[in-house]
Amino acid sequence: MELVLFVLFSGAALAAAGVVVTRTRPFSAAMALVACLFFLAGDYVILQAPFVAALQILVYAGAILVLFLFVVMLLRLEGDEALPRLGPRQAVGLVLAGIVGCASVAFAAFEVSGPFPETGPLFGTADALAATLLDGRNLLALEGISVLLTTALVGAVVLGRKEL
Amino acid sequence: MVSVGLLPVLVVSLLLFTIGVVGVLVRRNLLVVFMSLELMLNAVALAFVGFARARADMDGQVAALFVMAVAAAEVAVGLSLVILLFRTRHTTQLDDLTMLKG
Repeated sequence: MELVLFVLFSGAALAAAGVVVTRTRPFSAAMALVACLFFLAGDYVILQAPFVAALQILVYAGAILVLFLFVVMLLRLEGDEALPRLGPRQAVGLVLAGIVGCASVAFAAFEVSGPFPETGPLFGTADALAATLLDGRNLLALEGISVLLTTALVGAVVLGRKEL
Repeated sequence: MVSVGLLPVLVVSLLLFTIGVVGVLVRRNLLVVFMSLELMLNAVALAFVGFARARADMDGQVAALFVMAVAAAEVAVGLSLVILLFRTRHTTQLDDLTMLKG
């Protein structure tokens, strides 16, 4: 049952991702990206990360995608490009990257194989996530992220001014 | 009940990342390149969540949250750059943006 749902969600997410890179209109690509992010949130729920799934929908499919749609509509981008073909250099790079990727997947799956271990009832909840987030190991990274977000905010405001 | 296991998660993550790489390499519209970058970031976040489940350790989920925050920062700055480029150069096609080419 779990596996069936996972395959369904993942297949839908991969199909939507394929739509993202093949549509010529940026608007269609953005809508397909929303679908892909929603299906990935389903995967997160199956992997016992319900809070991450909720944030995925709120932050990613909500806020970030709205930004994308704003820009697409602001710039009034039409379907403008024919899909180019993969050149030989890109193809070689892709094959090499695929080999490295497959090798690392095989290596990682070999290291942690077998069915998933049992988890406590609190695993993946907001409480447990907050406890891990505010743990001493992650505290510095958390503060770094907040500095990064503030910097990005200031940068976006500066870039958006009428004259730089 | 058949449980999922780590291998399918990693395979999905790899495929998603590959689709994102193809988008970044092939597409010439700056906005679509950005969306493909988001696909790649999401592939990595999925792998993080999968590892968190496999090790019964919440650190992976924290990393997925960080990926999300970094993506938000990246999109905010990137999209304002796109708007700035469109205002000064009237294009979002990467082939037209060769001012920095030596």
